[in-house]
Amino acid sequence: MTTTETPTPREMTVIYNREDKIFRGVVTGGALTSLFVLGAIGLFLFLRGAEIFRDNGIKFITGTNWTVGSGDGIISDDFSIGAMLVGTVVVSLIALVIAFPLAVGGALYLEFYAPRALRKPLVTMLDLAASIPSLIFGLWGIQVFTSFGERWAILINNWLGFIPIFDVQVENFGRSPFIAGCVLGSLIIPITTSVAREVYSRTPRDLVDTCYALGGTKWGAIRSVVIPYGKSGVIGGAMLGLGRALGETVAVYLLLNLVFRYNFRILESEGGNVASLIATKFGEATDYELKALVAAGFVLFLLTLVVNMTATTIVQRSTPRA
Amino acid sequence: MIALTTPTSASGVEPQTPWMTPRAKQIQTLGTLAFAGVLAGMVVVLTGVAGVDGWAVTFFGLSLVLAVIRTLRVGAKERKDSLMKVIITAAAVTAFAPWLSIFGSVLLKGYSGLRPNYLTQDMSLTVPDDFLEYGGAIHAIVGSFLMVIIATVVTLPLGILSGIYLTEVRGRLTFLVRFVVQSMSGVPSIVAGLFVYTTLVFATNTYSAFAGAMALAVLMLPTVARTAEEVLKLVPEDLRSAGYALGARQWRTAFMVVIPTVRSGLTTAAILGVARVVGETAPLLLTSLSNSTLKFNPLDGPIGSLPTYVFGYLQIGTEYAVARAWTGSLVLLIIVFILFTLARRLGGKDKR
Repeated sequence: MTTTETPTPREMTVIYNREDKIFRGVVTGGALTSLFVLGAIGLFLFLRGAEIFRDNGIKFITGTNWTVGSGDGIISDDFSIGAMLVGTVVVSLIALVIAFPLAVGGALYLEFYAPRALRKPLVTMLDLAASIPSLIFGLWGIQVFTSFGERWAILINNWLGFIPIFDVQVENFGRSPFIAGCVLGSLIIPITTSVAREVYSRTPRDLVDTCYALGGTKWGAIRSVVIPYGKSGVIGGAMLGLGRALGETVAVYLLLNLVFRYNFRILESEGGNVASLIATKFGEATDYELKALVAAGFVLFLLTLVVNMTATTIVQRSTPRA
Repeated sequence: MIALTTPTSASGVEPQTPWMTPRAKQIQTLGTLAFAGVLAGMVVVLTGVAGVDGWAVTFFGLSLVLAVIRTLRVGAKERKDSLMKVIITAAAVTAFAPWLSIFGSVLLKGYSGLRPNYLTQDMSLTVPDDFLEYGGAIHAIVGSFLMVIIATVVTLPLGILSGIYLTEVRGRLTFLVRFVVQSMSGVPSIVAGLFVYTTLVFATNTYSAFAGAMALAVLMLPTVARTAEEVLKLVPEDLRSAGYALGARQWRTAFMVVIPTVRSGLTTAAILGVARVVGETAPLLLTSLSNSTLKFNPLDGPIGSLPTYVFGYLQIGTEYAVARAWTGSLVLLIIVFILFTLARRLGGKDKR
């Protein structure tokens, strides 16, 4: 060890000339595009959907009807997305309930249990899995996973059918919120796992080592240091996953039958979410219906924005940036 | 960080690692696992429990029991530890299982359709259920390519500017910009499509590759901006100081010193952005629709793309149409895989 002191850097003052001011202006402008775009999304969707909000009021988000009027006034237009909002939340919660423990377990495994030789390939695979398009999850869900999911659904229904949410009216177990939730769960595991892993890897190493030094087991160290330390970050990661699940379109479109009814029976084959509603009805929508779809998009936008902003705040607070 | 935990001595003496599992115990563990695996296999063969999932659950249960048996003599703390080890490992395996299944099934089911004609012909003269020797997806590949290129051209400069703002300019809005970029990454893809539909498609009254590209750009911008920031943060402060010390203005330092230093990192940002959006389906259903004819003009009406191709042929549902969809997703996955490898390669370069 040498003992030469490093001199502390001198305080610097900067005076920007005109060139630099232009540069800073342009860069600031560029950086604010995202703010501008985000605002524009909200504004345009709201403006185009405003008529629906005015006509239907609060009923738009509580009702369960999606009736296209006959145009001659005999059947009138009636659009509301209550059932779809419930469907969105139900499917996303199933996804979260499935994904959260698996993601936490996966992250703990990668950080603490995985053999050294395995860790790197597994992390690479995790990153790769995060970039599998949701379309492929949907394709896999409908063509491969459904046969497994149905079998599990029948088992759950047999053993736990007395609990209302596991009850079914029609003995048809395909295309249920449960199956869609499982697929969405596997869709959000990568993002939740990588946030959790990131957070866990920041646990002060000496605290963990202290646990071992005190004679603690690995699990003891994890439970008393790692998990409490990473709690808020992991919750933030789960909310990022939730945000993705709430806005997922094609996977849900492929896996669920759109039925406009409040459905809390997760094994029943009916459901849907706001995003898949938009994708389904968009093709042959009437003018007024299109506005209703845009209004639905606006509600979805607000919902995901709130969830994501909360998640972002939590994650940013728990992982201080260098 | 990691270096702290593995002390290496200069004297050549191997450091003791009492916290690591000794070889004998590893072999013992493997033996127990194999035993549990075979036992679970017998359960599947002999009883009503069926399938890979049935085997996995039985295996998990048996592992728990074995973990308890093995730690009978050492006490409750050890027992809990080995039980949790089994549970956490099982959670990790379950988390990874769907991806393995996806990679496997895409490869198996998509492989048969991957012929030369798949990459050279379009579907304008072929009906969906024709044999796989006829027709292909070149129109979809070209369409996706067009849209992704346009989206990249739009988002890359904006993303880099955003990164520069956060690392070079460091203005008062730093927190806001970072927060908005992060929140924007959570905008549902269908909402991005709806936005472009209500503005661009509505105004021009045509669906086009350009509209599709704009929707993709909305989704791509946060990824590019965030990666660009991460990359620019890696530039050592000394380089900036050196730039200033040579008398360069801030903009010169930014463009002549900082950006060239991380050129490959910024390419990585673009690549990750492309990988993020190349498989997006929902926004394209609302902006570029689909088409079965090869075309190159991004402004000329509906255009095919790989995601809408897969989506459409899956919906048709007949045997060969679904096979085409699987092949489409194989191509999509290969593209993502290549982009990903490229990003890794380039990403590693700057850090040296």
